[in-house]
Amino acid sequence: MSAPAVTITGHRGLQHEEPLIFERDSPGMTGVDLPEPAPVNDRLGGLGRQGRIGLPGLSEPEVVRHYLRLSQKNYAIDAGMYPLGSCTMKHNPRLNEKMARLPGFAGVHPLQPVSTVQGALELIGATGHWLSVLTGMPAVAMSPAAGAHGELTGLMIIRAALEDRGDARKRVLVPESAHGTNPASAAACGYVVESIPANERGRVDLGALKAALGPDVAAFMLTNPNTCGLFESDIIEIAQAVHAAGAFFYCDGANFNAIVGRVRPADLGIDCMHINLHKTFSTPHGGGGPGSGPVVLSAALAPYAPVPYVVSDKNGFRLVESVEESDAKPFGRIKGFHGQVGMFVRALAYMMSLGSDGLRQVAEDAVLNANYLLASLKDTLSVPFEGPCMHEALFDDRFLKDTGVSTLDFAKAMIDEGFHPMTMYFPLVVHGALLMEPTETESKATLDTFIAMVRGLAERAKGGDADYFHGAPRLTPRRRLDETAAARNPILRWSPPAN
Amino acid sequence: MRYLPLTGDERRQMLATIGAKSVDDLFRDVPEAARLKDAVDLPPMSGEMEVDRALSAMAAKNLPATAAPSFLGAGAYRHFVPAAVDHLIQRGEFLTAYTPYQPEISQGTLQYLFEFQTQVALITGCEVANASMYDGATACAEAVMMAGRITKRNKAVMSGALHPHYRAVAATYARFLGMTLTTPQPDWTKSEDLAGLIDAETACVVVQNPDFFGRLADRKALADACHAVGALLIVVVTEVVSLGAIRSPGAMDADIVAAEGQSLGNALNFGGPTVGLMATRQKFVRQLPGRLVGQTTDVDGRRGFVLTLSTREQHIRRDKATSNICTNSGLCALAFTIHLTMLGEEGFTRMAAVNHANAVKLAERLAGLPGIKVVNDSFFNEFTVRLPKPAAGVVETLAGKGLFAGVPVSRLLPETPGAETLLLVAVTETNTDDDMDRLIDGLKEATR
Repeated sequence: MSAPAVTITGHRGLQHEEPLIFERDSPGMTGVDLPEPAPVNDRLGGLGRQGRIGLPGLSEPEVVRHYLRLSQKNYAIDAGMYPLGSCTMKHNPRLNEKMARLPGFAGVHPLQPVSTVQGALELIGATGHWLSVLTGMPAVAMSPAAGAHGELTGLMIIRAALEDRGDARKRVLVPESAHGTNPASAAACGYVVESIPANERGRVDLGALKAALGPDVAAFMLTNPNTCGLFESDIIEIAQAVHAAGAFFYCDGANFNAIVGRVRPADLGIDCMHINLHKTFSTPHGGGGPGSGPVVLSAALAPYAPVPYVVSDKNGFRLVESVEESDAKPFGRIKGFHGQVGMFVRALAYMMSLGSDGLRQVAEDAVLNANYLLASLKDTLSVPFEGPCMHEALFDDRFLKDTGVSTLDFAKAMIDEGFHPMTMYFPLVVHGALLMEPTETESKATLDTFIAMVRGLAERAKGGDADYFHGAPRLTPRRRLDETAAARNPILRWSPPAN
Repeated sequence: MRYLPLTGDERRQMLATIGAKSVDDLFRDVPEAARLKDAVDLPPMSGEMEVDRALSAMAAKNLPATAAPSFLGAGAYRHFVPAAVDHLIQRGEFLTAYTPYQPEISQGTLQYLFEFQTQVALITGCEVANASMYDGATACAEAVMMAGRITKRNKAVMSGALHPHYRAVAATYARFLGMTLTTPQPDWTKSEDLAGLIDAETACVVVQNPDFFGRLADRKALADACHAVGALLIVVVTEVVSLGAIRSPGAMDADIVAAEGQSLGNALNFGGPTVGLMATRQKFVRQLPGRLVGQTTDVDGRRGFVLTLSTREQHIRRDKATSNICTNSGLCALAFTIHLTMLGEEGFTRMAAVNHANAVKLAERLAGLPGIKVVNDSFFNEFTVRLPKPAAGVVETLAGKGLFAGVPVSRLLPETPGAETLLLVAVTETNTDDDMDRLIDGLKEATR
């Protein structure tokens, strides 16, 4: 007998249907036992809360079960390969988590006297030192909270440096293949954004770049390796052209995993680059953060880095926390307190674990794995640009021509096969893009299973079984969701049912 | 190396499949001059035990606030977090998931964010909330930019009693976007006349409640004054536990609430990572920055959740996006929502009541000390006291004895005349009577 399609409970074996916490409310229940407050005359100035907030009451076992069941509805790098191009979903070592939870790090208040936080300041300094040596850049701004925040910080530093030399410039140039955060960050820094096209080799069109450069260009922002997974082979000439125009060369470091330990951005003529610690340096993505986006800087830009920063002298480490107490020219402050220190602990544990030799091997294996995918799938899928690629392999949707199957359909069928899909429809320079980044932490056996799966699905699509793809996924906690309806009539919170 | 699964044999087989002679071949697009021949000048790889030993030694050089009697606050608060919270957020399915772009295999993340949005809306008294920001300070800055977009005006009035880091971050964002901020000098002796600073170009007024000095105020009249000229009221909350005891910003008619959520579920972490909260009116939802989760149905008609209204966001709208934010504070938001779910209405309001009662007890005892004056009339769990000598020195002296007496106001307001003798004292459910005895004794001795 085959399994029942519908169960009495709605649960399906290990997959439980789980209502919202608001639908599990036992009024008056709590999962935290607290003491009775001491009887006092309140000092709330007549502003005491009136009426119920509306929070549901659950006991501890109900809470634990709720979140455990929710966790079982998530894909995760712990469970399987997550080949999202540009996202660097690598293994997250648990040592990092253990170190970040040491009371000597996790329990430190940001405003303790500096004499009691010398280890925390040493940690910030040591993390910065590793990043500085790996990139060849003399300075690093540690406080940005994530990659996009680092981009914004880097552009603010550039603008402050330009203004300091009395050279207000208006435009920032960004390749059309760039991450969306690049133009968004430039706009948030008050710049007009201009797009630079790619050439037929998937690189920046150097002629177009040179034509666009001029006395009002503040910066050129480039991701390298770029979002097509290719190294910008003209990068030295790009840097020279940018500098000749009096502009700064910003690098989006999202793809640093491809070159860490093998190439230093400073040697490419880059002035400023953010690093996503949650990509290259293995801090967990956590379902969407927290990230951390330190920005490495050339000597010319270093004085403009934001507060706070750590300095050391014979008396130990101290913090420069405000513009007034700085003897440099910080543009201001970008975040509360001192940055994502808990993420620095994780990243430093990772860097120390791998060391200079291991980090170099990371880049080599990441690039090897991506090229293995490219070589194994280039005859099955379609390839827009000649290899070799760097850490990610880019395909387009020509292989699906006339099949009635879209890139999205193809991706949804991968889900039923137990894999997270690759990045889709990005970069924008390729039609129906499929961008695969395996990272160095996937084994050859996993890659071989993945390759066999993609080949099998491609064969199925080319064989005319479009309905199979349109109906995918079928084996997931939910099947395809109506995103159009969600946007047309946004329901962004639970509300009590109307009686 | 323990994190790298490829063997030497496999690397050779894979190179053969690729048709490359060596891995150097794969790097041939890198200009020759930029290819490092050797490893950079950093230590080589280390075993888990060695890294553990080195970082534990570094951590041991700190005296954490969690290991001593502590009255530190000023935007970061020591609270007790139930064990289940950290256990649950370390499940690999939460910890090692990406942003939920594939909703069919991300319902766990999407559902907890939907619940989080609802909880944030409830405690702030607002209609809707987003799926989190980096922290309270950046949430505040984004709220000011959002008010600028909604009103199409470019001036903002910032309370002098707003946390100095929040003011500084907002000033940074504003400067680069050409917004003008007006900020009165911080004044702990009287309430500010912010309504008098509003004009027809004002996009918003930003106030904090409880304010930086711990004082509470009804902001309804200020909201009315804003609305009378088409401006918005932004209320900042740096201690969300206060919302279990005091009237919510939404009940005072605030238009946007920007808050720091660290107090629930999250460790101090030397100030980061934490979780920013942002809530507003439904009608402003299309101007919100950051991610939003919405409810919908799947093809079988079952309820499910998706990221929605993404046409506001950078990956779709690029330079026209409402913000450049991408990664936010997902896992910190999870810790926040689990802690608040464990507390529930009963636990959250009781936690707030215990915080307030402990603070009242300590304030009454401090007020009885010679030479020490409690500045505040009203407060929640943090208040300002004036000492007979500079607070920074007193704090340093007591820290040397293993006691964190509070935050000297001069640390955050170094340029403000008269602030050097002010001490911010925060009291939470974690402070025992013994902690308070030690603070009283310590202050008596250090201020003698």
